[in-house]
Amino acid sequence: MCLGVPGRIEEVWEADGTRMAIADFGGVRKEVCLAYVPEVEVGDYTIVHVGFALTRLDEASALETLALFREVGLLDDELGPAAGATA
Amino acid sequence: MKYLDEFGDPDLARGLLDDIARTVTQPWSIMEVCGGQTHTIIRNGIDQLLPEEVTLIHGPGCPVCVTPLETIDRALAIASRPEVIFCSFGDMLRVPGSRDDLFRVKAGGGDVRIVYSPLDAVNLARDNPDKQVVFFAIGFETTAPANAMTVQVARRQGLVNFSLLVSHVLVPPAVRALMEAPERRVQGFLAAGHVCTVMGLDDYGPLVERYRVPIVVTGFEPLDVLEGFRRVLVQLEEGRAELENAYPRAVSAEGNPEARRVVAEVFEVCDRQWRGIGPIPGSGWRLSAAYADFDAERRFDVGGIVTEESTRCRSGEVLQGLITPPQCEAFGTECTPRTPLGAPMVSSEGACAAYHRFRRLDEPAVAGG
Amino acid sequence: MTTSPLEPENWSCPLPLRDHPTIVMGHGGGGRLSAELVEHLFLPAFGGAGTVLAQLGDAAVVQAGGARLAFSTDSFVVRPRFFPGGNLGDLAVNGTVNDVAMTGATPLFLSAGFVLEEGLPIDELGLIAGSMGAAARRAGVEVVTGDTKVVDSGHGDGAYVTTAGVGLLAPGVELGPHRVRPGDVVLVSGPVGLHGIAVLSVREGFEFGADVCSDTAPLNGLVAALLAAGVDVHMLRDPTRGGVAATLNEISATSRTGVEIDERAVPVPDVVAAACGLLGLDPLEVANEGRLVAFVARDDADRALEVLRADPLGAGATMIGQVVDTHPGVVVARTGIGGTRVIDLPLSEQLPRIC
Repeated sequence: MCLGVPGRIEEVWEADGTRMAIADFGGVRKEVCLAYVPEVEVGDYTIVHVGFALTRLDEASALETLALFREVGLLDDELGPAAGATA
Repeated sequence: MKYLDEFGDPDLARGLLDDIARTVTQPWSIMEVCGGQTHTIIRNGIDQLLPEEVTLIHGPGCPVCVTPLETIDRALAIASRPEVIFCSFGDMLRVPGSRDDLFRVKAGGGDVRIVYSPLDAVNLARDNPDKQVVFFAIGFETTAPANAMTVQVARRQGLVNFSLLVSHVLVPPAVRALMEAPERRVQGFLAAGHVCTVMGLDDYGPLVERYRVPIVVTGFEPLDVLEGFRRVLVQLEEGRAELENAYPRAVSAEGNPEARRVVAEVFEVCDRQWRGIGPIPGSGWRLSAAYADFDAERRFDVGGIVTEESTRCRSGEVLQGLITPPQCEAFGTECTPRTPLGAPMVSSEGACAAYHRFRRLDEPAVAGG
Repeated sequence: MTTSPLEPENWSCPLPLRDHPTIVMGHGGGGRLSAELVEHLFLPAFGGAGTVLAQLGDAAVVQAGGARLAFSTDSFVVRPRFFPGGNLGDLAVNGTVNDVAMTGATPLFLSAGFVLEEGLPIDELGLIAGSMGAAARRAGVEVVTGDTKVVDSGHGDGAYVTTAGVGLLAPGVELGPHRVRPGDVVLVSGPVGLHGIAVLSVREGFEFGADVCSDTAPLNGLVAALLAAGVDVHMLRDPTRGGVAATLNEISATSRTGVEIDERAVPVPDVVAAACGLLGLDPLEVANEGRLVAFVARDDADRALEVLRADPLGAGATMIGQVVDTHPGVVVARTGIGGTRVIDLPLSEQLPRIC
C-alpha cells in the first residue's frame, strides 16, 4: 500500500498557493507536490507516493543503515558460516 | 538509482541472510503488513531464501484484497454512468466485484481511467466541466494525505464536478483484530514503513505492550525487508517484544504532523468492512462533514447494492494466516489468476497468486500455466 | 502486434469467452481471451486442427512452387500514434518485417491497408506514410500493394494500419520450438523495455520527462547475419507485448522445456528501471519493438554474441539464461539478491500500482 520512491528535487515553484516541484527519479522527471515537506529544498531527496512528497530522505541515516548491514555481514564472516545457512 | 540500488546489494543481502540463518533455532510465523513488502518478498525470492523454520503470513495490507465487496460494486455502478469519468489507481482495475470488474465496465462503454496521482483526477475534472469525475480513494494511511490535499485543491478551485469514493483503511486496528482473533498465528510483525512515515510510531507501542509481539517498522527495498525479518527473529529468539524502527531514513517517531493535520480536516474515523475478514471497528476513514459535498456515495444514488461473494472463496482465512492458499479446495482449480474467485488471486502480491506461481515448479508436466 | 502498456485495447478481462456474447477489449489483448477467440471461433472457421494456422506462430511457413515462404500479418492500433522514437508507421513496417524474420526467412514484400477516420489530418497521414516508406527502405523490403478505406467520423480511431509481409526461407533453415533443447542458451539482442516506457511517457495521465525513445527497428539484418555465420540458431522471437516474460513463457510452453534466467544479466537501461520503479512495473513485462530473443546451441553462444554485437542493432547483445530439463513449461529467474522467482505469463498489460 506504499509504493514510495526516492526522488531528487530539481526545481521548486508555487502554484495556487501550493508548493510544487520537479523530482528526478534516476532519469525520470515528474511533477510532485511538496505541500507536506515545507523544509525540502532543491537537491534534497524525498520519498514520493502518488505524486506527493511525504518526507525528506535522511542521507546520514541511510548511510548508517548501510553501515549496520555491513557490520552484520562482517560479524557473520568472523563467526563462520552458520549450520543452517541457505546456499 | 540513489537510495535504491544500495539497498538491493547482493553481498549485504547475503550477510543479513546468514545472520538470520544463524539466529533461527525454532519455527516462527511472521506477518508483513504491507502489500508493497509482499511484493518485494516475492519479486526478490526472499520467501525462498529464508530458513524453512520461518513461516511467512502475507498480511492484509493491500487495497486490492481488502476493499469491501460492496464498495467495489458501488464503484462499478458509478463508473457505468454515462456522465462519469471514473479514475482509479491501477491496482483496482481487475478486482472482481459481485458480477463485474472495472475492465468489463469499460467494455460496456464506461469511461474508466488509470491515474498515477489523485491530482490527475482533479485536472481531468477541470478539463471536462460537462462530466462528473470520480476518484476511487482507496489505500492505507500513506495515501490519505494525497487524497486529502486533492479534495482541498478541488474546493479551492471551486470544482463542482469532482468527488471521491472513499475506502481508506487503517493499519493498527487491523493488527489489533488479528491479535484478538482466537486462532491467531502471527508472532511478529513487519510494520508498513510508509504508513509510519505519515503516522509516526505512537500507535504501535501500545500494540507491542498489549500483545507482547515484536513489531519492526520496515522499508521496502530487499535489504530493508531482510533486516525487518532479522530484527523480528532476533527478538523472538531472545524472548523480547519491542517496537523497533528499521527504516529511520524515512520514518521518524513523530511522522508527518502536517500531513496528519490535513487528513484530520478532510477525513474522520469510521468503521470499515475488510473483504474476507469482516467489520473492524474504527478501522477506516471517510470524508468528514465539512467535506461531505465531495462524497461520491452521497452524490450518486446507485440504488441498493446487493453483494454476491463466492462461497468457495476462503480469502479471509488466507488473509489472516489461518490457512495457506493450497489448503483451499478451489486453489488452482476453480480459482486461478485467470479465473479468480477472490482478491488475493488477482493481486500481483496477493498470497494466493504468489503461491500459485510457485506451485508450477512442483508440477512436472504443466505447460503454459 | 502493437504494444503499448496501458493501452486499453490491450487489457484482458479475467472471464472466459463463453461469458461474452460481444467482443470485449480483452479479445485483442493477446492473452487468454484472445487465445480462446482463436481456438473456438477462428480456427474452426478456417479449417481446424492440422492446418498451418493451427500452429499459431507469429508467422506461417508455407510451401508453394517448391519454395518455402514465411507469411505474416499484423494490425496496428497504437495510441498515441506518435511517441518518442517513432510512430504508428514505424511499428507497422518493423512489426511485420520482424514477425517474418523470426522464422529465419528474408522479408521481401509488404502490403499496407489503411482504415482512416474522416477528419484525420492529411499531414498526419503523410508523416505516417513517410515513416513507413523510410522503414521499408531501411529494412530492405518493398511495399508492393495496399488499400485505403475511410470510415465515418466517430467510427474509427484516427488511423488503423494493417500490414502483411512475405519472405523467403532458404533451404535448411528451420527454426521453431521443436528445435529448442536443454542446454541451449538464451540471448537477448540488447537492452529491454524502451518501447513500452517511451509510449507510456507520453500517455495521458502518466506524462513524465525522460530521455527515452522507442527501440522500433527491423531485425532482419541481425537474423541474416546469424544465419550467414552458420550459427546454430534454434528459435527466434521478438518480445513485443508482454515483454521478455511473455516470450520466454510462450517458448517454454511450446517447446516443453524449462527456462532459467539470471535477472542481473538482463540489460535494463537506467531510465527504464527508474520508470518501472516509479510506477511499480516489471521491466521483463514491458514491450520491445526492436529486440530479439534467440535460443542458440550452447557451443555457438560466443559466436552468436560476436555476430550480434557487430551490428549496431545488436550492440548490447548478451546471454541472459539457458534451457533446462527441469520444470518444463516454467520460466524461473534468479533474482538480484540470489533468490528464486517464477516468471509467469503476463495475463494482460501490467498496470501501474501504488501498493
